Amino acid sequence: MNDVRLRVNGVARQTAVPDHESLLTTLRERLGLPGSKNACEQGECGSCSVLMDSELVCSCLVLTAGADGRAIETVESLGADGVLHPVQQAFVDAGAVQCGFCTPGLIVAAYALLRENPEPSDLEVREALSGNLCRCTGYGTILAAVQRASRAMYRR
Amino acid sequence: MTLARTRVRGGVGESAPRPDGVPKVRGEFPYASDLYLEGMLFGHTLRSPHPHALIRAVDVTAAREISGVRVILTERDLPTRERFGLMKRDQPVLAEGRVRYAGEAIAIIAADEADQARAAAKAIVVEYEILPPMSDPIAALGPDAPALHEGGNVIDDVLVVHGDPDAQAEVVVQGEYEVAMQDQAALGPEAGLAIPTADGGVTLHIATQWLHEDLGQIAPALGLPNEQVRLVLAGVGGAFGAREDVTLQIHACLLALATKRPVRMSYGREESFYGHVHRHPARLFYEHGARRDGTLVYVRATIVLDGGAYASSTSAVVANAGCFAAGPYRVPNARVRSVGAYTTNPPAGAMRGFGAVQACFAYEAQMDKLAAALDMDPVVLRARNAVEDGDRIITSQPVEGSEPVANLLRRCAALPMPADEVAHPLRAGRPSRDPLLLPGGAGNLTHGEGIRRGTGFAAGFKNVCYSHGFDDVSHARVRLERTDSGIRARVHTAAAEVGQGIVTVCQQIVRTALEVEEVIVETPDTTIGSAGSSSASRQTWMTGGAVLAACREVRAALEERALARGRAMDELAALLDEPIERSVAWRHRPTEKRDGHTQNHGHVAFLFAAHRATVDVDLGTGLVKVVQVATSQDVGKAINPQAVVGQLEGGIAQGLGLAVMEEVLLRDGQVRNASFTDYLLPTILDMPPVVCDLVEHPHPDAPYGAKGVGEPPTISSTPAIVAAIRAATGRELNRVPVRPDDIVFGTVARSGWRIVPGSDPAMAARA
Ligand code: FES
Ligand code: FES
Repeated sequence: MNDVRLRVNGVARQTAVPDHESLLTTLRERLGLPGSKNACEQGECGSCSVLMDSELVCSCLVLTAGADGRAIETVESLGADGVLHPVQQAFVDAGAVQCGFCTPGLIVAAYALLRENPEPSDLEVREALSGNLCRCTGYGTILAAVQRASRAMYRR
Repeated sequence: MTLARTRVRGGVGESAPRPDGVPKVRGEFPYASDLYLEGMLFGHTLRSPHPHALIRAVDVTAAREISGVRVILTERDLPTRERFGLMKRDQPVLAEGRVRYAGEAIAIIAADEADQARAAAKAIVVEYEILPPMSDPIAALGPDAPALHEGGNVIDDVLVVHGDPDAQAEVVVQGEYEVAMQDQAALGPEAGLAIPTADGGVTLHIATQWLHEDLGQIAPALGLPNEQVRLVLAGVGGAFGAREDVTLQIHACLLALATKRPVRMSYGREESFYGHVHRHPARLFYEHGARRDGTLVYVRATIVLDGGAYASSTSAVVANAGCFAAGPYRVPNARVRSVGAYTTNPPAGAMRGFGAVQACFAYEAQMDKLAAALDMDPVVLRARNAVEDGDRIITSQPVEGSEPVANLLRRCAALPMPADEVAHPLRAGRPSRDPLLLPGGAGNLTHGEGIRRGTGFAAGFKNVCYSHGFDDVSHARVRLERTDSGIRARVHTAAAEVGQGIVTVCQQIVRTALEVEEVIVETPDTTIGSAGSSSASRQTWMTGGAVLAACREVRAALEERALARGRAMDELAALLDEPIERSVAWRHRPTEKRDGHTQNHGHVAFLFAAHRATVDVDLGTGLVKVVQVATSQDVGKAINPQAVVGQLEGGIAQGLGLAVMEEVLLRDGQVRNASFTDYLLPTILDMPPVVCDLVEHPHPDAPYGAKGVGEPPTISSTPAIVAAIRAATGRELNRVPVRPDDIVFGTVARSGWRIVPGSDPAMAARA
């Protein structure tokens, strides 16, 4: 077991994990944060996307033991009590949520994209989100949601 | 008389937001795999690596020694000999001396930690006597094939004989077609949490499509009366048919009962590929005959569906493929033989559009062949033969309450084409398209040289709701009550919300029918009657219908109360000093059972759609970029237009997947690609813009006229895309998914069997 200190959504957390445990499992099973999803646990679907020291990563590919001292932001950190983050609001408004299993990962990925590139072209959105699978929507509403969020956040 | 003094928002016809949208975007929505109870155990399954083998011995001694392991159950420890299965109870809960597919469950383990349960599975020693696999369904039907189940290898066999089955025609086209195995690939893994109850029973929180059907299979297998088993719907991360069958339900309950502890089971992605059923692979042998003017004279077809090791829903898939084999066209004469076979491949079952998807790929390819033979425009040929109200399909059932299919085809053909032209570097002065939008995408395999564009069309159809005499029912309870802040309604059904939005539909119907804005949708469970499955595009029709009927009863009771008290209907606060609650069981009109020649009114109603696809194909690499898909679909009434478009676009994405990407690769019964690394799903870069034309032709029997919408998008999008690739390349492409080699080398798929279309495949001869 490894003693690990993380800063998760602004809060200092400490936990003991086995060598091979992924950050996704630690978040979901040890830290009570199941918002990041486990659709493949192989780095292929993006449903587990989180920010680690502000960088977008698939948390299923990160070993918790190696993440000691890092700052992690998950979908649970977005928005405030009673108020959705504009990216979350845009997903609701655009109808980009069906089963919603892809949604937390997509929202974190879209949030990361818009921070880097506030007014992406459709193609830039597609490129940035190409690592996030969604089986329900066919992606049309997801593209619309990201553009809606960009407008709400930056093009008032 | 109205109840509300102001117009109620979020009713029928509006794009009302989903009630679960906010918790889902916050990451707070509890999916089955998120469930957690202090002190719960983790369940795990040991599966056979062999597709066909006898089990000589199972030794769990070493596995039991692993720390944290609480129980290991094999077939010997089961409380009953009950088998399970959706339409035939033919599958053992744990293998009984024989395995019939690679991935069949042999033992289950509960341990303190998931790692310990996995380690125990590895430590179980199973002695197998390996038998030869039977992976060819046509061979499995032959007279000499060894029987995989008592009673032989035929799961079901449907003959459709219509008009003169031996009719002759001036122009004849033939073809052999193949549809590979597709995976539903719902992103949410199979998962559930079983909690033993004080009365010796169990409560199962489960991601499923049909709580009551699960209950009906679980309770007998546990040896418990239904009353001691309670199911509650846990958050479902997509379904698409894969959750119609029992996977880990019985296993989780057995482990919980054996340990008297809560047990969570959750499949990883690889196990999910082995754990659930897939779309039936199919071989289809077709002959179409027509007059020179393009009027269809006959269709003869033999369809062989690979049911895999256990029956699942194969009977219904076989029936659908047979009933819909001639497409949405007037075909006066037909002979169709549709057969489902047991093999030692992974079991096949429900996936979006089942039976109709396989047939549509073949009959639409035939329609294009016929158009070419007649030198006719493919849309004109289809429109000339397309059914409209009063026309009969080959089961003799007339079409009712539908937009003429010719109109759908014409409307679809008239939708805007993609704005851009195919990129061409030699055309000076024109900016070439971003390579990401060319075939090969991020691989940067082409800059536009050698790219051909093609456009293709297809139309398709299937039934909505359950068919062939099944007692299709949905229960709903609606309660209108006064709260501190106003009036609200509660609606309770057992309908599984799997992502499609039935929760929103229920809210919208209640808002419109009772003129109340606040509507709470209760968690579906088995304390109320069955809602049937979230499948066959049926929940809006059935549970929507049940909710509407319950609302009408509530309203009538309110009227009575108002009359009795001499008050106006809109004095709700005074009238609702006692809440009003009504429960209904709602059925669609009965359908007829199948007969020997499948000449009957076996279905409630039909759903129709047309698709047009435009593709760019790189002739050098054989890679395809779908540039646009356009669709006209008769949705009856769009109760929530945004959600309907979501169903159309999402269904088309799955149709695109089957057309050019998705295949569970099988070799001698072994799955070669049980991961998202190797099983390729469409990404946002693969999906083109979709143009949706919602045609609202209400059906008189459906709530607000709303037909189901979930399946048609997946039925004819696949053949439209393949038609577009044929138009671009001139290749035959008789198999989906289309592979690069099929385009580059013109490879044609052959079953190796000679089958006269319409004949019994058991009589097939080796080609
Ligand atoms: S769960 Fe991490 S990429 Fe799929
Ligand atoms: S909404 Fe279901 S996977 Fe995206």
